[in-house]
Amino acid sequence: MKRYGEFAAVDGISFEVAPGESFGLLGPNGAGKSTTMRMVGAVSTRTAGDLAILGLDPDRFGPEIRSQLGVVPQSDNLDTELRVRENLLVYGRYFGLPRRFVAERADELLAFAQLEDKGKAKVDSLSGGMKRRLTIARALINDPRVLLLDEPTTGLDPQARHILWDRLFRLKEQGTTLLLTTHYMDEAEQLCDRLVVVDKGRIMAEGTPAELIRRYSTREVLEVRFGSDRNADVAEQLAGIGDRLEVLPDRILIYSANGEAELERITDAGLHPLTSLVRRSSLEDVFLRLTGRSLIE
Amino acid sequence: MSGLPRSTSAEDEFRDHSEASATATRRALAGGRNPRRWGAWYVAEHRFRVMRSYTGTVIVAGIGSPLLYLYALGVGLATIVDGSVGAEPVGGVSYLVFVAPALLASAAITVASEEFTYPIMLGYKWNPTFSGMHAAPLRPQQIADGVILSVTVRMFVNAVLFFALMLVFGAVPSPMGFLAVAAAVLTGLAFGAVLMAYTSTLEEDTGQLAMVMRFVVLPMTLFSGTFFPLTVFPIWLQWIGWISPLWHGTELARVFTYGYPEPIWLTIVHVAYLGTMLAVGWVWARRIAVRRLRK
Repeated sequence: MKRYGEFAAVDGISFEVAPGESFGLLGPNGAGKSTTMRMVGAVSTRTAGDLAILGLDPDRFGPEIRSQLGVVPQSDNLDTELRVRENLLVYGRYFGLPRRFVAERADELLAFAQLEDKGKAKVDSLSGGMKRRLTIARALINDPRVLLLDEPTTGLDPQARHILWDRLFRLKEQGTTLLLTTHYMDEAEQLCDRLVVVDKGRIMAEGTPAELIRRYSTREVLEVRFGSDRNADVAEQLAGIGDRLEVLPDRILIYSANGEAELERITDAGLHPLTSLVRRSSLEDVFLRLTGRSLIE
Repeated sequence: MSGLPRSTSAEDEFRDHSEASATATRRALAGGRNPRRWGAWYVAEHRFRVMRSYTGTVIVAGIGSPLLYLYALGVGLATIVDGSVGAEPVGGVSYLVFVAPALLASAAITVASEEFTYPIMLGYKWNPTFSGMHAAPLRPQQIADGVILSVTVRMFVNAVLFFALMLVFGAVPSPMGFLAVAAAVLTGLAFGAVLMAYTSTLEEDTGQLAMVMRFVVLPMTLFSGTFFPLTVFPIWLQWIGWISPLWHGTELARVFTYGYPEPIWLTIVHVAYLGTMLAVGWVWARRIAVRRLRK
């Protein structure tokens, strides 16, 4: 529980993460994900409630807890006054690690982050994706038990995201516990074993991505567009088609086990959508179902 | 005998789990040991590495500017002063001897106003390295301590270089003169700690720091008995000197470099005033660090 004055940014979020698990907090901006991450990262005091990280109280054992964590903050805070490799060297020292150990580890991590030939480069000369990878490498300098990632791929182009996912997936395979926040469905589906859907500082649902989709959505979704001004009118005539309808400003979503069949029923009824698309249900649909809003607004 | 009944797998799992978490807890407790003890030093290491990128500036400022000042004021201006007022115009010493310790102290103030302003804004906001340190095991108080520690080292190096040049210029008659280095560092830190605390409170720099330079540092340099004795002013202007750390530091440095005659209680007041300012600024800066980083 975390309050800023009257506003409860995090209002009773409760979850447990098992070692080696990859756990996600999924929610829109302002849902309380980052605040939760700051509390788990033992840098923000909670207003009320219990929190134990590695069995310790973060208010009393902040440095001890943080010595076992790797933190990738939402906005890069790499030191732009230092070169790429130096960023790792300096950061390793904050953990009290011996210089030589840090130097070796820095080289390993530069390789892991695919930045071997950038060691002497200035941080500002790196692309967004490279900076993120360097931030992740930096977070791994102390060989953390748990890696906290706050929106790791926000603002990156698709290719850079895939490279990053690949790196994170490798860490997961090596047994690093990942705790990440995201507002991207595909990211949650790719990386999380289990996740909670968070909105307005509360947990809306919890489970594996597949479970959540099964519980809150149908197997397939039919998306039809009749033009922005007609969608709402047409929606009335579509009553009874599919298990459930969701009318968005630009399109209508029809939830059903069989999207093609529903599309046939629509055309049989004499309605001709401008475009139609049948796809698998995603976490986006789960979120829409749970909150009545889409994730990225 | 089939032996004792096997414990259920749930119990096994619980035991494994609690053993694993006990190990994790132990690892954490061990991992916190070095950062708790040496954290401030690690922060200073970071600052030194950053300073290395402007070593040139530090050296040039450390040697070049005392050279310029000592020559321009201690030799150039001194010719006029000494020439028109006599060979020993101020308190029985040459103008060079009079002005040199003041320049030494104000050089320390210059270092303070470089290191405790923009680098602090940078660390909290523009390139939030302080948050990065805090996400690692370092505590906010250690971050404040580390910054002060690193600046102390830089200030000391600067003051030693400056003092060496004063010796070359023949501006230090007293054998106790080397203590002026300590006086200068104390002056710079006293002002610097308060300046750091103030800068730490700024969420945004909308010109406040430039104002500090213009309306605090500059007047302080001019009205602290630096270029002429404070007693030249009418009494209603002398308070500027009394509250100025630079005046206290300059007078203290003068006591050491040429045995400036003042009652011993006043010397003690100088040290106490600077010491108090340093302590207050330091505690304040630490508190703000906690408030800003642990929100």
